[in-house]
Amino acid sequence: MLTLYIPMDSVACAVGADAVAAEFAAEAARRKLDINIIRTSSRGLFWLEPLLEVDTPQGRAGYREVSPEQVASLLDADLAANGEHLLSVGLVEELPYLKSQQRLLFARAGITSPLSLEHYLAHGGYQGLQHAARLSHDEIVAEVLESGLRGRGGAAFPAGIKWRTVRQAQAEQKYVVCNADEGDSGSFADRMLMEGDPFLLIEGMTIAGLAVGASRGYIYVRSEYAPAIAVLRQAIDIARAHGYLGEDVAHGGHEFDIEVREGAGAYICGEETSLLESVEGCRGTVRAKPPLPALHGLFGQPTLVHNVLSLASVPLILSRGAAWYRNFGMGRSLGTMAFQLAGNVRRGGLVERAFGLTLRELVFDYGGGTASGKPVKAVQLGGPLGAWIPPSQFDTPLDYEALAAIGAMLGHGGAVLCDDSLHLGQMARFAMQFCAEESCGKCTPCRIGSTRGVEVIERLLAAPDAAERQRQRALLDDLCDTMQYGSLCALGGMTPFPVQSAMRHFPADFGLESQEKAR
Amino acid sequence: MTTQEQEILSQLLQQYRDLPGALLPLLHAIQDAIGHVPDDAVPAIARTLNQSQAEVRGVISFYHDFRTTPPAAHSLRLCRAEACQSMGSEALAAQLRAQLGVDDHGHTADGQLELRPVYCLGACACAPALQLDGQLHARVTPEKLSALLASCSKEGQC
Ligand SMILES: Cc1cc2nc3c(=O)[nH]c(=O)nc-3n(C[C@H](O)[C@H](O)[C@H](O)COP(=O)(O)O)c2cc1C
Ligand code: SF4
Ligand code: FES
Repeated sequence: MLTLYIPMDSVACAVGADAVAAEFAAEAARRKLDINIIRTSSRGLFWLEPLLEVDTPQGRAGYREVSPEQVASLLDADLAANGEHLLSVGLVEELPYLKSQQRLLFARAGITSPLSLEHYLAHGGYQGLQHAARLSHDEIVAEVLESGLRGRGGAAFPAGIKWRTVRQAQAEQKYVVCNADEGDSGSFADRMLMEGDPFLLIEGMTIAGLAVGASRGYIYVRSEYAPAIAVLRQAIDIARAHGYLGEDVAHGGHEFDIEVREGAGAYICGEETSLLESVEGCRGTVRAKPPLPALHGLFGQPTLVHNVLSLASVPLILSRGAAWYRNFGMGRSLGTMAFQLAGNVRRGGLVERAFGLTLRELVFDYGGGTASGKPVKAVQLGGPLGAWIPPSQFDTPLDYEALAAIGAMLGHGGAVLCDDSLHLGQMARFAMQFCAEESCGKCTPCRIGSTRGVEVIERLLAAPDAAERQRQRALLDDLCDTMQYGSLCALGGMTPFPVQSAMRHFPADFGLESQEKAR
Repeated sequence: MTTQEQEILSQLLQQYRDLPGALLPLLHAIQDAIGHVPDDAVPAIARTLNQSQAEVRGVISFYHDFRTTPPAAHSLRLCRAEACQSMGSEALAAQLRAQLGVDDHGHTADGQLELRPVYCLGACACAPALQLDGQLHARVTPEKLSALLASCSKEGQC
């Protein structure tokens, strides 16, 4: 019998995977052919989606960008023997893009069926929890501390320190909150993981609950991710039905359960205190810190707030050990990072690698340059608040400290490529406009400053002469300064990054070339 | 509200009243069932959750997703964030302006379709992307957009 694997990741479906699966089923029925279609998650090789894989004696053979019209010809070819076909990409595991990756979190991506607990267990699932159940709470915390894991949500704060704080806090009730707001454009790793390997997140949260003494967890998912919400809810029900959630999750009488909460379209709710306000049912305005959420978080109780990928790293750290985990990465950036290639890129997708590869490797070796074939103009790294990086800085290693040194940041690991047709003056304006639209409104530099920022950039771009441009530029610099140092949170505080990096590296797009050279 | 809507509302209030932090899930449930959050539902929501009406209205207006008027038959959310911009989403927006006379946050003259900008749908590796009536479409080209719009207007369904 022919076994076919077709992803059910929402983006694979957005480019036709469902239609392809349906056509295979229909065509096989017409031919009275016995086939077995397994819906997996995505490998994250999005430039190949919909990617069909077929079991062969050598391994899974792949066929790229399959459309329903090609189904008949694919069935005509001798798929099971890796037969010749125009769309063939050979054995998927041997593709350099995939083979050179170090997939820890995304080890099951594209291989297993997201909602099959059986698949999850067969591929190493729940070994982390099993191990954690044999340790004391403090030993689990020590393991996470020792692993060097830093939060993947952007701020890169050491996870173990946060765990210890929540662990040591005295309270009747504590919470684990998963930040699945993934608002950064260019980012889709959280979405892929939630849709594709939901039990991994559930296991990570359960271990966290066990370690810090929390009995309830919330996953706050942005409303744009309806399929992820549906998958998570089903996975939670399955885990509960099998005793992996509920009253006794680790055979020590420890209770832990998870609820999914849906956001309502506000970027700022990705900021952790605003997220907590939102879970509590309020406007998502940012809270001043201190008090830290670790001590005074959800409903005023000690709360461990982590990004999806931070929590998903925990099962592996527990099952393989902190020492093993530390072998990946460089400097103080340990483990692997899920880099996401997006925008005007030839081979867009997910690249999980140990920290330390360079932006050049990411953009050219993996990404293959721009989709349009025109020269790469810049990469925006780390979402809408991240800096625009010109090719002259592409040799910077992707590591938190090295990026900070050039005034950039890794954020959530999203890299958006653009070619020379993108106007960075317009993108700078867009950054300010985005901030104006998404500001929570609590502080003046962000709320008013961003609206002023749009106006000043518009005047700068329309300025009739160099003197006027110079005046507007000085005003903009001043405004950026006020926003950067006067804002309560990073939305207002970092919007100057994309604006000023665009001006610094692409002065021509602002009509500023001559002044810049004179400096 | 119609009597039927009132019934739905009181049922949902009953269902969510004891949930910690109930307001957002409740508003989502009301909007899913009725299509919007009617303003005359606010007093009952406030009473049930022991909040002021001002607080409830404050929450409804804070979030982009909640609406207080019935939606158009079709909703198109075009991604305007950076990855999609770098692959031509502004041109798609221009096409919508030219073809349907509809601009961001606006709706077509016949009220059939409304357009909302959205900032990232997680499909950035297959940009540009849009959501039509909740369904995600990626690698959208001008031709594909035209075809999607045509399917909308013909069948009354996308
Ligand atoms: C404006 C703003 C938006 C943010 N958006 C997200 C987000 O979408 N997802 C996320 O995990 N963290 C986001 N963060 C970071 C969170 O505030 C917080 O640092 C993170 O959830 C902590 O988890 P971690 O330690 O696992 O990184 C955002 C921060 C700011 C200031
Ligand atoms: S910087 Fe902006 S988003 Fe952050 S607290 Fe101030 S107003 Fe709110
Ligand atoms: S930027 Fe458009 S889908 Fe992410």
